[in-house]
Amino acid sequence: MLLIEDLQVKLGNKKILKHVDLEIQPGETQILFGPNGSGKTSLLMTIMGYPQYKVTGGRILFNGEDITYMRVDERARLGIGMSYQRPPSIQGLKTRRMVQVCANGHADVDTLAESMNFTEFLERDINVGFSGGEIKRSELLQLMAQDADLTLFDEPESGVDLENISLIGNTINTLLQRVNGTQHDETTKRIAKERSKMGLIITHTGFILDYVTADKGLVLYDGMVAGRGNPVEIFKQIKKVGYKECARCAA
Amino acid sequence: MRSLDDLAYKAKDKKAAIGPDINLDSYSLEPATHADVKNLNTIPKRDRERMTLAGLDASEKERAGTYIQRDATAVHSGSNVDGLEIIPIKKALKEMEWIKDYYWKLASVDTDKYTARVRLDLQDGYVIRVLPGKKVTLPAQACFYLEKEGFNQNVHNIIIAEEESELHVISGCASASHVTRGLHAGVSEFYVKKNAKLSFTMIHHWAEDVVVRPRSVGIVEKGGLFLSNYISMKPVKSVQSYPTIYLVGKGAVARSYSLLVGSPGSELDVGGRIYLQAKDTRAEIVSRAITNGGNIISRGDIIGEVPGVKGHLECHGLILNGGIMHAIPELSGKVDGVELSHEAAVGKIAQEEILYLMSRGLTEEEATATIVRGFLSVDIPGLPASLKAEIDRAVELSQKDVM
Repeated sequence: MLLIEDLQVKLGNKKILKHVDLEIQPGETQILFGPNGSGKTSLLMTIMGYPQYKVTGGRILFNGEDITYMRVDERARLGIGMSYQRPPSIQGLKTRRMVQVCANGHADVDTLAESMNFTEFLERDINVGFSGGEIKRSELLQLMAQDADLTLFDEPESGVDLENISLIGNTINTLLQRVNGTQHDETTKRIAKERSKMGLIITHTGFILDYVTADKGLVLYDGMVAGRGNPVEIFKQIKKVGYKECARCAA
Repeated sequence: MRSLDDLAYKAKDKKAAIGPDINLDSYSLEPATHADVKNLNTIPKRDRERMTLAGLDASEKERAGTYIQRDATAVHSGSNVDGLEIIPIKKALKEMEWIKDYYWKLASVDTDKYTARVRLDLQDGYVIRVLPGKKVTLPAQACFYLEKEGFNQNVHNIIIAEEESELHVISGCASASHVTRGLHAGVSEFYVKKNAKLSFTMIHHWAEDVVVRPRSVGIVEKGGLFLSNYISMKPVKSVQSYPTIYLVGKGAVARSYSLLVGSPGSELDVGGRIYLQAKDTRAEIVSRAITNGGNIISRGDIIGEVPGVKGHLECHGLILNGGIMHAIPELSGKVDGVELSHEAAVGKIAQEEILYLMSRGLTEEEATATIVRGFLSVDIPGLPASLKAEIDRAVELSQKDVM
C-alpha cells in the first residue's frame, strides 16, 4: 500500500506540493488529472525519490515502510517503478543493457522485447533518436522487466500513434494485472480479487481511460488535491467545464 | 641517406610543436640484452600478462603473425599466413631492396627531436606488409615492451597494404610491472594502396611515469580504406600524438577512433589530422575521452582541398573526478564544394542520467559505471570481432581506474 500524508514539497524555492494526501490500496489503480504546472509530475518524482524535490513536511509510506527520505535506488528495489514522459538519452548505453538492468536476471529480454514489438530497438542507444511513441514503448518494456509493485506512469499515451495506443494500453493492463474494461466474466473477477499491483497514472488526453479501467481519479490543482471520484466522471467534467471550474466544484 | 642523418642531427634538440618538452638526456640508451623467443609461451608469465593487457595473444590462435620487441631487441618476428610478411626493420633495411621506397618517405626526420632520435638511434621496429590481392582477416600483432627502468625505446614501423589487399594490425605497447619510468619514441609510416583495406589498432598500457611520443603518417590511394584506432586508458605520464593521414586517391576513406582515459598526473595530447586531397574522399575522426583527474587535450583536424569531399569530426569528453578536458576540433575547406562538420561536447555525466538508472535499481556507483562503459563503447565499423573484443576488454579493465 502507498500512503501519502500531508505531503509538502519544494522545488528550488518554490512550493509545488502544498498538502497532498493519497492512499493506494494493493491492486488499486488511480488516475491523476490536473492542468500543466499543477504538480502532477512533481508528485510522481517525489514518490520515486528524485532529490531535487525536497520534502518539507508530511511523509510517504510504502508497504508500511517510511520511504520519505529514501534514495531512488532503494525505492526501486522496494518495488516502485516509473514510466517517464521525457527520459534522458544516454549515448552508448544499449536499450538491451537497460532492460537487463531492470530485469536484474528475472526476465528474458528478448521475449519481452518481442511482446512489445521492440526487438529492433534493443541494439540502439537508449532513447537516442527515439520518437515519442518509441520512448513510451521503451519505458513500458523496462517496466515489464522490472515488474514493480507500484508503477507510476507520466502521460504514457503522449506522442503515441493510434496504431500503438492499444499496445500501450494493454501493456499497462498487464503491468497492473488488469483486464480490458469490456470483458466481464469469472476470470475478470478472479484476477481482480488476486490483484496486488498498484498504479498511479497521469493523463492529459484521457485516451488511456479507453483502455485502462482505473478505480479512482483525483484532480491536482495548484499543488493540492482539488477533487476525487470516478475517473471517467472526472474526465467528463474536465472536458465540459475545464480544470478551474472542476476544481472549484469538486472542492 | 647521409643527408637525412644530417637533417636529423640538426633537429636533435628541436622541441615538438605541441606537448610538454622532454629532456632526452635523462633517459638511458644503454640496451639490456634479450634472447630470441621462439615460442611465445616461454615468455615469463608476468611479462606475458602485461603484454596481454596491450592486446597480445600468446597462443596466436586468433593472430596471423607476431612481432615482439623487448627494450631495444626484436625477440620474435614471424608470419603464420601466406602473403603476410613481418620483418624487423633493421633486417629489412639490410636485406630488402624495396624498403628504401618506404623508409622515411612519409615522416620527416626533422619534425622534432623525437623523429631525429629515432633516425639517429634506431633500435628496431617492424615492417608488416601484405602482398597484393591477399586478404588476411586475422590480425597481425605487435608488442613493444619496456623492461629496463629509465630506458629510451626508439622504434620505426612500416605498414604496407598492397593493392587490393586486406590487413589488420593490433600494435600494443606495455611496460613491465617493475618499470615506473621510460620514454618511447616511435615513427610509423602507413601505406594503403589502391583498393586496399588496413585497420590499425594501437593499445597502450604503460606505467605512471612513462612518456610517449608516437609520430605517425599515412597515405591512402584510390579506393583504399584506413581505419586507425588508438586506445590509452591506463595511467601514463605524457602522451603527445598527432598522426596525419593523406587521402590522395579518388574515393579513399580514413576513419580514426580514439578512446582515452586520463588518470591523475596523466597528460594526454592526442588527435588526428586528415587531408582530403582527391575527389570523393571521406574522413571521420571520433574521440571519446574521460578524465578522472588527468589533463586531456583532444585534437582533430580535417582539411578539404578539393571539391566533393566529406569529413566529420566528433570529440566527446567527460569529466568525472576533476581534471581538465580541452577539445580542439578544427576544420578547413580550401575550395568550394567541401562538406565538413564537427561536434564537440565536454561535460560531466548528467545527474538526470544517473537518477534514471538508479530508478531502475542501480546504486549511484553502478549507474555511473554503466554510463561510463556506454560512453566508451563506440561502434567501429570494419573491425574484426577479435579486435572488437580486445577493445571491449580494455574498456572493461579501465573501469577500475575510472571509478
